[in-house]
Amino acid sequence: MKKRVGIEVSLAVAEAVGQCDVDVIAAYPITPQTHIVEHLSELVADGKLDAEFIPVESEHSAMSVCLGASAVGARTFTATAGPGLALMTEMVYCASSMRLPVVMVLVNRSLNSPLSIWNDYGDFMLIRDSGWIQIFVENGQEVYDHIFWAFRVGEDPEVLHPVMINMDGFILTHTIEPIEFWEEEMVKKYLPPFKPKYRLHPDQPITMGAFGPPEIYTECKMAQNQALLATMPIIERAWEELEQVCGRRYQAIETFYADSSPVLFLTTGSVGETAKIAVEELREEGEEVGLLSLRLWRPFPLENLKEKLKNAEILIVIDRILSYGGLGGPIASEVKNALYSQEKRPRVVNFIAGLASRDVQPDDFKQMLKQAKIKVEQGKEDEYEIYGVRG
Amino acid sequence: MPKPIDQYSWKELEPGFVVTEPGSAREYKTGDWRSTRPVWDDSKCNQCWLCWLYCPEAAVYQKEDGYFTANLEYCKGCGICAQECPRDAIKMVEER
Repeated sequence: MKKRVGIEVSLAVAEAVGQCDVDVIAAYPITPQTHIVEHLSELVADGKLDAEFIPVESEHSAMSVCLGASAVGARTFTATAGPGLALMTEMVYCASSMRLPVVMVLVNRSLNSPLSIWNDYGDFMLIRDSGWIQIFVENGQEVYDHIFWAFRVGEDPEVLHPVMINMDGFILTHTIEPIEFWEEEMVKKYLPPFKPKYRLHPDQPITMGAFGPPEIYTECKMAQNQALLATMPIIERAWEELEQVCGRRYQAIETFYADSSPVLFLTTGSVGETAKIAVEELREEGEEVGLLSLRLWRPFPLENLKEKLKNAEILIVIDRILSYGGLGGPIASEVKNALYSQEKRPRVVNFIAGLASRDVQPDDFKQMLKQAKIKVEQGKEDEYEIYGVRG
Repeated sequence: MPKPIDQYSWKELEPGFVVTEPGSAREYKTGDWRSTRPVWDDSKCNQCWLCWLYCPEAAVYQKEDGYFTANLEYCKGCGICAQECPRDAIKMVEER
């Protein structure tokens, strides 16, 4: 019988990292990520987890330590949020180009200014092109399960990429949820030990992160991109095998009444659960509406998305950040790009909502649906809208 | 590296561009960066080896006669040897 425990999601994340028998944790505490690394520090200090907890002086150092630890073959974890990620960003790009399978929970937090500790995807914007395998999760169970998945995928000898789990600050981190814990045998079955292809060792000297002049840099970037694209089947297989272990089936794009609905919402992260409530209520009112919740951001599930949108007429994309002076939100921009070459494609309406944890309720989805239909009728769907802003 | 870096296909690169052989930097000739070259005045040199020690490229070497010179395939012309020489025996001369 699997244990189901009421626990703050941050603590469940730390417990999962501990269950993965991680070797090195290097992190700097920052709201709202703090409880994750505090609890990991406790586990190590209490002798419950045999790992090195390295309390660094900055996030830049945190990721630097993770690179070094992973390079010698240690299973490595870190977590950060918002401005912490901003400081860490230089080294985040090194992890992916050096193919070091560090696992990071990015507790999504707004960027300053004005100073905000609350939740949106301002931080995600910084590293969306960093070459990490990146996913979003909707609830506590999903983030707990995906800790095992992240190590499993990242450390696969055919993958060797760092993996980032985007987890909504406060909305998930500080909520107590019933979490079904994995038994030790399940972890053993699902997650083999980390056996790096190359590691730093004095017996066999190698160079990692070498100088790359113009004569080779292009080939390096081609190789990096090809390697990331090639991870898709292994990512899918890891979800299939996760289902065999714990019974929960995860998809690159989660669907809710999406097959036959001409109107679809597309969300990322925890707001997808609110969207489901709205979709159910709208369907009871006779609206033919469904939901896509984008779980996998990189590698981008392009063919999968095209397939899921082949019958859609209107697609309402909710972004929780915008590109200032640009074309709207990053998710909508990417989705529009994916659809451009399709002969039949839905009209895409983009709302920017939920900035810095501004509440997005089921009624807001109903309002967005109304406004989206009007925009499409008027041919104004290209004008993205910051939803709910006071005029 | 068994061949110059501009002859590698992307398919031949190791994951993370790991360089699997030690000492491969010798394949990278840094001498063409140079705008000034070190010239030794052997009459001032007392063979103290400081130029050899300080050279960041390990380009300075001792000749058979005991005095020093630089391997110009690697010498970047940084001038550190001339700066450090306690007897002012090295002059940096403009390349033409």
